[in-house]
Amino acid sequence: MELTRSYRNLIRTELIVPMVLLVIGVYGGLMQVLFRAGVLDYDPLLKLLLDTVGAVLLAVDRLFGRETDPLVAALSSVDLRSSIMYYWGLTLHGVLNAIVFTTFFAVAFGNAVVPYFLKQPLNTRIGWLSAIVMLVGTGLAGIAMFSGQASVLYTFYPPLKAHPLFYLGAALLIVGSWIGAANWIPMYRRWRRENPGQKIPLAVMGMFATFIIWFIATLSVAVEVLFLLLPWSLGWTEAVDVPLARALFWFFGHPLVYFWLLPAYVMYYTMLPKVAGGKLFSDAAGRLVFVMFILFSIPVGAHHQFADPGIGTQWKWLHTVLTYAVALPSLITAFTIAASLEYAGRQNGGRGLFGWMFRLPYFSRERWLFSYWIAGLLIFIFGGISGIVNASYNLNMAVHNTSWIPGHFHLTVAGPVLLAFLGMSLYLVAQLSGKEVLWRGAAVAVPYLWLVGVLIFSWGMMRGGLHGMPRRTYLGAGALNPDLQGTPLYRADWAPYAEIAMVGGIIMFAAMLLYFVVFFGTLFARRVREAHLEFPVAEAYHDEPVRALNRLAPWVATAVVLIVLSYTPVLYDVLRSSFQKAPAYLPEYNVPEKQLQETIRQGQSSQPTE
Amino acid sequence: MVRSERVIFGLSGAVMALFLVGLLVLATGFGVDVPGCVTEMKPFEQDTLFQTGDRRWELHVVARMWAYQMPAVELPAGSELDIYLTSGDVVHGFHIDRTNVNLMAVPGAVTYARVRFSEPGEYPIVCHEYCGIGHQQMVGVIRIVQ
Repeated sequence: MELTRSYRNLIRTELIVPMVLLVIGVYGGLMQVLFRAGVLDYDPLLKLLLDTVGAVLLAVDRLFGRETDPLVAALSSVDLRSSIMYYWGLTLHGVLNAIVFTTFFAVAFGNAVVPYFLKQPLNTRIGWLSAIVMLVGTGLAGIAMFSGQASVLYTFYPPLKAHPLFYLGAALLIVGSWIGAANWIPMYRRWRRENPGQKIPLAVMGMFATFIIWFIATLSVAVEVLFLLLPWSLGWTEAVDVPLARALFWFFGHPLVYFWLLPAYVMYYTMLPKVAGGKLFSDAAGRLVFVMFILFSIPVGAHHQFADPGIGTQWKWLHTVLTYAVALPSLITAFTIAASLEYAGRQNGGRGLFGWMFRLPYFSRERWLFSYWIAGLLIFIFGGISGIVNASYNLNMAVHNTSWIPGHFHLTVAGPVLLAFLGMSLYLVAQLSGKEVLWRGAAVAVPYLWLVGVLIFSWGMMRGGLHGMPRRTYLGAGALNPDLQGTPLYRADWAPYAEIAMVGGIIMFAAMLLYFVVFFGTLFARRVREAHLEFPVAEAYHDEPVRALNRLAPWVATAVVLIVLSYTPVLYDVLRSSFQKAPAYLPEYNVPEKQLQETIRQGQSSQPTE
Repeated sequence: MVRSERVIFGLSGAVMALFLVGLLVLATGFGVDVPGCVTEMKPFEQDTLFQTGDRRWELHVVARMWAYQMPAVELPAGSELDIYLTSGDVVHGFHIDRTNVNLMAVPGAVTYARVRFSEPGEYPIVCHEYCGIGHQQMVGVIRIVQ
């Protein structure tokens, strides 16, 4: 397949721009653990940056004898109070890492995988349209977030209100990703015509499953954003139905998890066995898994709302059962991937019951991608088990909204998902730029260093969570502020867990720094060959055709039926238990925004409380 | 599908089913349940605490930025407490330490939980949902005496 310049630059842009933003998001993560443990109460780097820019501007103004720039005054009046900075950074951390980076990667990966496996060229015009819409959306939401007008965290629960650009930007990011995926449909149709009766390549099926789930799920959040939040944030509507907004959000919020996970599964099924030196144990198992995700990813959202009012316990139970059903494809994957690795280990000369485990390329510099996948899979053992705890109805009461939850999801989205995406980003950027991956020893060390860090971090967070330590809370100024000792606010018993999480977080940050050095070093290295695109393609060890798994349409239809059945009663309950709508609030003030503006208009000084 | 696959997929399903049975037993036999859909009480502005029976009390809490509007609660050990919770502004959390009371306070709706305090002591309450810049200060306490 010919790689046009436009095609190469499209994928490179979709990988490099979010990677630059990820640097900021990851730095935000470091600040989080330090703030939480009470080690820092301001961001030294941010202060230095603001001070430097302010000083430079002032010097320039003096030099030209101009009046003082209004920007200087604006910069010096930035509110650096730590309780503002913590939630500002947490919003950036969540949105840039878990929404922007993942969405761009999934589209970029699909843009590489679908043409490669279908041997059809990508329509780069539509590809670029999708990328530009996504970039504009990210830019708009970025303006709102960086300027401190959207510190509502990545769940943006109303009635805390963000700047309209935040909602508009999020909507554009989603629409851009739809365009990117829609671009693959004509390619599939053409392939179908040219290859009648053939099985769709497993990797392509996986990417279609990913984006079918994404499309259905994002419809709900699009309704929330476009019909409830955007008009309300623009002031066109007075108030918003909060329970309804929450239900619409979580219809999207759980399948989002599978949107993150499935591109990693595509790599595990279709590429990992080859890199390990073996074959995929069962092709049919892979297809079954993707179909099961289409069926059960979405009708499960209420398991994020076990603690919410307005949803009957019987419907919460129904969503529990369906969530257990969606755990099955991951258990099947655990078996299939382990069996594929065993086959590879034995091909490499491993003997005996466990001998094959020691014959895998854990530290191979040639097959460096393997380290990103295997480290992610090891982390996912704990991520999967803790996820089942969260989904477990009444068991959830012990962990809901405690720091157990971020402990859990750093073992999933910041485990197998992150590492697979990092490895593949480096792999694709190097190939499409005609570069050699630099410092492969360091590249191989990254996932293992990350594994150590994230396990320590999550252990601290989860253990603390079981003792009631809350998530997304600036503990350094609350329960762990030494000034508050002796009051009921102070919780000495949480301190060790916040400190353990901090140690883990620092190691995670070090691993990411090392990765960025390798990634950007490779990007700016000398070109050594022609740009190319080549994936490791695993053959199947068992390759029996299962006709029912070849067509996705019937499964999608079944999924829609399941969704309607599981969500109709939930929405009915939500609507009948929601008695009044809520006006908008800004995170900095404990009165409605309207009242706040009224007060300011009357010339009274309103003092924000901290 | 080969035999080992069939066996392992069947076992996975069986384990998950067993877990579900465990949860159901916990919910029905031991009364550890999640909050349901409350339609008989509308969101309220006023907090209160009153006795409804021998060792039974009812507590109404309004969560607000950034404190719980609730009366001082000091009850004898062995008391059973019916808690009704709503929010006066944004979304808040309500987690009573060392109990299974873990609720979201959502504006426009009311939620409910029942808890029995058998051990005397102080039971801190924390807000565990981000509710603005004062979130980390939002706490409460329930005191149980002999």
